[in-house]
Order: sequence, then C-alpha cells, then structure tokens
Amino acid sequence: MTRVLDVRDLRISFPAPGGGRFHPVDGVSFTLDRGETLALVGESGCGKSLTSLALLRLVPPPGRIDPASVIRLRDTDVLALEGEAPRQVRGRRIGMIFQDPMTSLNPVFTVGDQIAEGVRAHLRVTKAEARERARGLLQEVGIPDPAERLDAYPHQLSGGMRQRVMIAIALSAEPEILVADEPTTALDVTVQAQILEVLDQLRRTRGMAVLLITHDLGIVAGRADRVAVMYAGQIVEEATTADLFARPSHPYTQGLFASVPRISGPVQRLTPIRGTVPPPTAWPTGCRFRPRCPQAFEKSEQPPELLPVGPGHRIRCWLAERAAAPSGSATR
Amino acid sequence: MIADLLRAAWRTPGGRAGLVFLVFLVLLALLGPLVLPDPFQQFDLVELQSAPPSGPHPFGTDQLSRDVLSRVVNGARVSLAVAGIAVALSVTLGAVVGLVAGYLGGGVDAVLMRLVDGAMAVPRLFLLLVVLAVASRVPLAVLIVLIGTTGWFATSRLIRAEALRLREETYVRAAEALGASRRRIIFRHLLVNTAGPLLVAATLGVGDVILLEAGLSFLGLGVQPPTPSWGGMILDARPVLESAPWVGIFPGVMITLTVLATNLVGDALRDALDPRGA
Repeated sequence: MTRVLDVRDLRISFPAPGGGRFHPVDGVSFTLDRGETLALVGESGCGKSLTSLALLRLVPPPGRIDPASVIRLRDTDVLALEGEAPRQVRGRRIGMIFQDPMTSLNPVFTVGDQIAEGVRAHLRVTKAEARERARGLLQEVGIPDPAERLDAYPHQLSGGMRQRVMIAIALSAEPEILVADEPTTALDVTVQAQILEVLDQLRRTRGMAVLLITHDLGIVAGRADRVAVMYAGQIVEEATTADLFARPSHPYTQGLFASVPRISGPVQRLTPIRGTVPPPTAWPTGCRFRPRCPQAFEKSEQPPELLPVGPGHRIRCWLAERAAAPSGSATR
Repeated sequence: MIADLLRAAWRTPGGRAGLVFLVFLVLLALLGPLVLPDPFQQFDLVELQSAPPSGPHPFGTDQLSRDVLSRVVNGARVSLAVAGIAVALSVTLGAVVGLVAGYLGGGVDAVLMRLVDGAMAVPRLFLLLVVLAVASRVPLAVLIVLIGTTGWFATSRLIRAEALRLREETYVRAAEALGASRRRIIFRHLLVNTAGPLLVAATLGVGDVILLEAGLSFLGLGVQPPTPSWGGMILDARPVLESAPWVGIFPGVMITLTVLATNLVGDALRDALDPRGA
C-alpha cells in the first residue's frame, strides 16, 4: 500500500474571546493509503470539517495551524507551502465535495463551465478538450445524457444530480485524494446510497483515497475501510470498520451506537449520551469525555493517550489499560 | 440573471413605462439627428428670433432661430452619453473596490472602506463646482471622468456588503477548494452574482448623473456651448423665459421625464431583485 497522506499531531487554534487561544482541533493524527476509505466520524463541532479544511490550507482566518503540526501529501510538506503554492494542492492533489449540493454550485454558470474550470485551472488543455473531459467526468459519475447536461444550469438538476456534478468537479484535476465532507447529509436516503456507490466506484477504478467525513455511522458501515471517531478536537477511537462495529471500545463510541435505532431485534428505548458536547473554548481537563462518561473513574482526570485495545484498534481512554491487564483479558 | 430582472421589471406598470420611455429616448438620441434638421444649419439670419411652436418647428425655435426639437434631441445624445459613460465608470470602480474589499477583508477592507468613508463626507456637487470653476471650460471627456470618479462610493459599499455575503456561499468555498485564484473568484464567481445590484445601482445612477450634469450645465460649468445639453438649454432660455417659455420648458420636461423613467426602472429592478424588501 502506498501512503498518500500522513497527518501528524494537527492542532488548529483560534484566538479566544478573553485572550489566549483555544484549539478546536487538538492533536489529530491519521494516515490514508492509496485506494483506501477512511471515515472521520463525529458530532458537529468536534473539529472534523476544520481538519479537512486544514488539508487544503483553507482554515479560515484568524484560525492558525500550529507550526509543530505535520501534513504530508506523499513527498509534499503541505504546511511549508507559501504564497500561492497551496493552490497547487487544492483540486489538483486533494479534491473536495461539500455537504449541500444545492449551494455548492454557482447558480449563474452551466455545469459544463464549472467542471471545465477545474480542468483548466490545473491541466494544460484547450477549451474543447476541457469540455470533452467534463463530458467524460459526468459520464463517470453516472449522469445520463452527459453531453446534454453540460449546458444545464444547476437549478435544472436534482440534489442527487448536483452532488454528482460536485464529485465530477472535485475529480476534474485528477486528485489523489477525495475529501467528502458530509456528502449525503442533505440528500434523500435512496440518493445517499447512489452517491456513496459512486464514491466507492471511483475509489476502486481510480485508486483514489477517500476521506469520508460524516456524523452518520450508518453510512460508514460497508463503505469505509477504517474509521476514526472524533470527539472534542481529538480522535478518541480508531479501528477497522468491522472491528469498530463489532467491538466499539471507547465509551463515547459505545454511546453513539446506543443512540442509533436498530431495525432488527426487539424494540428498545434509545439511550442518548447524557449532557452536550462542550464548546471548544472549554474542553474539560483530563479525558475530555469525562463529564459525560458513565464509566469515568479516578484516572480519567489525567488526559489519556491513544492506547491499543487490539490489532489496529486504539482508544483514547484509560479503560484500555484495564482491558490489557490480565484480569481484564476475560473481556477479549 | 440580468435578463430575468429586466423581464420582472417589465411586468410592473412603472417599470414598463420607464423602460418604454428609455428605449424610445435612446433610439431618438441615436437616430433622431439623422432625420431632424441640423440645429446649426437653422440660422435664419434675416429673422433672428424665437418663434413659438409651429408646423416646421414643433417645439419652436430659440432666440438664435435654432430648432428647439433638434436641440433637445441632440441634447439627449449628449446627456445620455455623459450619464452612460460616467455611470459605467463609477459602477466599474464601485464594483472592483467593493468586491476586493469584501472578499479579501482584513486590512485591505479597512483601508479601502475608510477611504470611501472619507470621500463620502465630501459634498460631491461642491467638489465638482470648485474643480470646474477653477479649471473653466473643461472638455466633455474630462467632465465625464470627473463625474464618474466621484460617484462610485455608495456603490462600493453596496457591493462590499454583497461580497461579504457571497464569500460565505459554498460555491465560493468550493472554488477555493478547487484551487481558483483570488482574482478568478472575485471577477468570475463574485462579479456575476452581483450583476443584479450593479444593474440597479447603474440605473438609479443614470438619473442622478443626468440631474447633476443638467445642474452643472445650467450653472455654465458643465457641457460647454455650442454643444447642446438640456441644462445648458435651460440656461440659454433664462433671459427669454417670459417671452418664449418653450425654449426652456421642453428641455426641462425631458430632464424630468428621463429621471422619472430611470427611477421607475431602478425601483422596479430593485423590487424584482429583493421581493421581500418591496
């Protein structure tokens, strides 16, 4: 497997209202291999979207990426790029699609124009070639009659079609990585499945790496190879998808699963996680999930590291130590 | 987008009346001088006097025996050209400054907007009066530039507000994520999406500039004779206002109707742009 993206200890800070700085993203590390899908899962405000913007150096001012952070795109040190250089990453190395396809397209340009714009921003091709590429891309993302759709305006397309167009735009400069930030949240469930299928197909045919950002565990199952669960600016659990669904180990992940309704089995009351997500200006000390955690104990007052609970499976929780201890081996 | 707006304005009675009049006026200004008698060829040296409206001179003649109708039509040419070019200049300046300030934000925005604040504190009419009075007999092109470069401040503020709103739109962020340059985002993605407010500002601006130019010309500081302009014609009519009122009335009516028409169209466009604000 070729490693295409390596994010290490990403910290993003904003000035706090009362002086000083707070960190909505606080020490996030993950890697992405060619042809792999990694899901970044978490609630609103956990820092997952900000993390994805940092990959493109698009953290909105006055936000700042901590200088000790590392974002490596194969051999490119993304955080060392200066001036106009980050534009060479945007679209060309990493393509991005956004949550709401209804507002992601400029209403006054045709679909073909907007795809061709991406092609011509990075690749040296003529207008006619760009248009031909745009047609090919529309076909690739499964839009019927692509040649006619090139001249359609966004308002003439349905939400699902527009999201396909967005994917085509994100693909226009042939990036190695596709970041999909809540790509299906605004869509009907049936359309969701189609869009996810398109993403999966592109991953297979193009060998692209996909970073799927979502709050919905349901769309992770069967689509992602690995999952990283984020809470309060940190990754709290990472595992292969199968492992995570079989053995969610961090109390927060367990809480997420307990609050998802199940179609099979007896009808049960959903168990929500008590309390609410703390604001990034006031992350709790020690384990950040401690105030809401049903299993918190004395040691939770110290900030936990990511600790292994199985092969390729780590949680940011001191319970991992207990599980690893001989007395806890029965839980295996 | 612009076509949609014009269509919506056409559906309102005021907008339709204004559009009809403006189209008529533009056609008159373009084609009228070709069919009407040349005012400069009208000197009747035998009878150098103003005649009341009659068959050959529907608007009468002025005290130099020039055909008032021909002068009004030629004046329309001048007044519309001055207004059109000056407004094009000021709308362009306003759009560029507003979009740059609004999209870039931060220090650039602060500096540009403080400059605009300062410029807006200077009364435009007095500034123009002083400059024109000192320079005396300014060529038409310079007059147009002076009017155009002093009329964009309010537009820049309006467009800056639009840019502040638009830069948060997902499609702008999507364009950034695609590696578009700042220039491309400003002049492609933002500019076309501010076409509506710009059209409204331009339409209302034309009325303003026609009034301004008429006022300046009436004071003898604007368009210089023998070039006919509506304001200048009223100035010429002042000594004979009692004996030959038609010399001043017709250009005065044209000024009023033209400004009324631009305001009607401007209001209709604005309502079409923002139905909630109507």
